[in-house]
Amino acid sequence: MKTRRVAQYGLLIALALVLSYVESLVPAFFAVPGVKLGLTNLVVMVALYRMGSRDAIIINLLRILLVSMTFGNAFSLMYAAAGGLLSGAVMILLKRTGKFKMLTVSIAGGIAHNVGQILIAMVLLGTWRVSYYLLILWWSGLAAGFAIGILSAQVVRRLPESLFNGGQH
Amino acid sequence: MHHDKTPLKKRYDLLLLGALVLAGLGLTAFVLLSRMNSSSDGLTVTIRQDNEVIATLPLDEDATYAVQGEDGVTNLVVIEDGTVHMEEADCPDQLCVKQGKIRYAGDSLICLPNRVVVEISGEDEQALDAVAK
Repeated sequence: MKTRRVAQYGLLIALALVLSYVESLVPAFFAVPGVKLGLTNLVVMVALYRMGSRDAIIINLLRILLVSMTFGNAFSLMYAAAGGLLSGAVMILLKRTGKFKMLTVSIAGGIAHNVGQILIAMVLLGTWRVSYYLLILWWSGLAAGFAIGILSAQVVRRLPESLFNGGQH
Repeated sequence: MHHDKTPLKKRYDLLLLGALVLAGLGLTAFVLLSRMNSSSDGLTVTIRQDNEVIATLPLDEDATYAVQGEDGVTNLVVIEDGTVHMEEADCPDQLCVKQGKIRYAGDSLICLPNRVVVEISGEDEQALDAVAK
């Protein structure tokens, strides 16, 4: 069981790295820092819905660290951590209530991610005049969360049950 | 049992999504309204590097300001016809250059890699800043 979990973590983290590499190949659509699809969130959603909250937290932490160390620097790590941790916390809490669909959880997570980045920007840049960015990032987070939510629901539906639930058969 | 659960679940989803969209609309209205109310007189351009103010310039006078980093000029800020834009930057993403021109109080150009922030501020906002300090 333990070996199995190590393998599952490795699989998902590798997938997160590939997805963030794919995303880095796409040029920025908008001239605003932080507006992106966030494909790696797909991995967190799969972990959350197929493995559990604890696994999702660990996978989320590992992918933030590894993706930032591979593709970013100390500053991008702070932004990624602020966004990723807040969105992870919001998604896990919403999922645990058992009252929301995957799509809703993902949309709330997308917005939370961008709010987290705005908050850390306020601290790092020492400015509170970020309303304009918050406006753009609010809607882009909603749109990105929507896209990732639809994608995750399809992925989770198609993944074989035996891949993550211990495989007793 | 499955049939009973679905509508309830849907109602919570609609409530939360509705609240998120409403908050977004409120935010949009707030930003747009605060822009319409701002006049372009007496606005200043503040340039910050690493959280320190390095220059304060009037918006109504054309000017060019070169931000000096450790290895020479990192960002070239240009004030022209009551607007501000980043003419050049040595950062890899060039997001601040692509952002184009800003003209309203509260607008900003942000270059994250160089930690340079260019902001337009009005008199009342400066007063608020003084209080915050």
